[in-house]
Amino acid sequence: MQFGIFTVSDVTTDPTNNTTPTEHERIKALVAIGKKAEEVGLDVFALGEHHNPPFVSSSPTTTLAYIAAQTEKLILSTSTTLITTNDPVKIAEDFAMLQHLADGRVDVMMGRGNTGPVYPWFGKDIREGIPLAIENYALLHRLWREDYVDWQGKFRAPLQGFQSTPRPLDDVPPFVWHGSIRSPEIAEQAAYYGDGFFANNIFWPKEHYMQLIAYYRQRFEHYGHGSADQAIVGLGGQAFMAKNSQDAVKQFRPYFDNAPVYGHGPTMEDFTEQTPLTVGSPQQVIDRYAAMRDYYGDYQRQLFLMDHAGLPLKTVLEQLDILGEEVVPVLRKEFAKNRPAHVPDGPTHANLVAQRDAAALVKAADDATAPGVLTK
Amino acid sequence: MTRRIAVISAGLSQPSSTRLLADRLTQAVQQSLADSGEDVTVDIIELREIAQDVTSNLITGFANPKLAAAIEKVTTADGVIAVTPIFTTSYSGLFKSFIDILDPQSLTDMPVLIAATGGTERHSLALDYAMRPLFSYLHAVVVPTAVYAASSDWGHGADAGSSSLPDRIGRAANELAALVMTSTRSTRVIDPFALPAGFSPVGGYGAQ
Repeated sequence: MQFGIFTVSDVTTDPTNNTTPTEHERIKALVAIGKKAEEVGLDVFALGEHHNPPFVSSSPTTTLAYIAAQTEKLILSTSTTLITTNDPVKIAEDFAMLQHLADGRVDVMMGRGNTGPVYPWFGKDIREGIPLAIENYALLHRLWREDYVDWQGKFRAPLQGFQSTPRPLDDVPPFVWHGSIRSPEIAEQAAYYGDGFFANNIFWPKEHYMQLIAYYRQRFEHYGHGSADQAIVGLGGQAFMAKNSQDAVKQFRPYFDNAPVYGHGPTMEDFTEQTPLTVGSPQQVIDRYAAMRDYYGDYQRQLFLMDHAGLPLKTVLEQLDILGEEVVPVLRKEFAKNRPAHVPDGPTHANLVAQRDAAALVKAADDATAPGVLTK
Repeated sequence: MTRRIAVISAGLSQPSSTRLLADRLTQAVQQSLADSGEDVTVDIIELREIAQDVTSNLITGFANPKLAAAIEKVTTADGVIAVTPIFTTSYSGLFKSFIDILDPQSLTDMPVLIAATGGTERHSLALDYAMRPLFSYLHAVVVPTAVYAASSDWGHGADAGSSSLPDRIGRAANELAALVMTSTRSTRVIDPFALPAGFSPVGGYGAQ
């Protein structure tokens, strides 16, 4: 089980003192937050991609490479990489390069993006969001696995004899998650490839995501990648903590009330009841998230949103201390209890290399014993 | 089988003449169905009671459990009676907000009776230039007779002839009842994970 944080990289005014970080300050804060994630024992730092203010993260691989250079164990990931408006060839190249630089500590989460104007800004049509996600990823999947690719599709120029460089580290592509809030097509796509499925789990009630994940698990099994409980599931989450829960409520309320997305809408009490947002003591966060496996089954990755809505860097770093020191160690123990041995761990480069080698051994043994079958 | 009707009432005051009109229409539709030997159950959605939930949904993008239950009652009914006050030449903002949070496909082929209240008869055409196109856009089936009740209508008897309020209510109710009687909407199973026809997880190329 992997634990980490994901960020949308918003530059938001702190409602308690009306100060706004500069883009430069926010970018440096992202780096500090990434390094802190490793320091407090988290496994993953995932960064979003946006092409409009108030967000600063337009070039995640640049930022992630910079953090990779200053960390040792942290897995660098995205939340999400826009599979619709980016050229899949450039995604193949950027993430393979990052994978080499970070010695394999890289995976990637595909998302469509829901900011309408970004599509035309990149020459695309939002009404084609799903077909773009499907076709672009089909190409990306081949670019990482075939040395020379001939390809023709609807959305980009054809390729003849194209080789994407560098080749993935150890010829094992970065692990891919597909993120979706509501589209069964994307759950189907993740299941088809045997990739991971990530439910952001932040904005909607859990019942919705329970259905979506159950669907993905069922289709994962249908496509022959293993049993439904072996499908690779990631979940988002959101917490704000203080030793006394009333202090957490008091401290977080102005940020909640003014937050992008849900601010000025439901009360914090309603929203914490209806979604996984938990504002309270570390124990409350432990209880809430330890129960997630009861709803979604044993899963592989839990990411928390900790740094948005104008929270100052100092507060975010304090929150990460609490998360890493008090919450995640207990959650690791809770999630390990009665976890069936056949449920996979969270994906790492080392795991994927081992899987690939084990599969090759099995195949070689089969080929050697199969009578009358020529081995390649 | 028992048919289900959902009534959307967007009146803001309590008591409201919008709800009064909604109740009269509901009774008339029930009567018309009963005359044809049909059982009917009615769910009344008072938008005033879920106004804050509707606003939260506009902001957060999801319906809380209370609102989700109301939406489900509307979208899985065999027929809808939609009644709004006319404000500033059109349906009320709350009424439109509720319609806005529905899945745009969810009212396809839904029999709908549209009705409205207002202070004077001057706004009666709002039903035909605002309400009717709204539901046409959503591919609902709107019955020909729309019922508008101005304040003065509540003071006329049936003696006003074919243009009296009771007469219009009866005519519209019969039109809706005829459609509700043949509707199978309330018994349909809706699969939220149904993939579009022809969908392939690898897209056009390589799907073979």
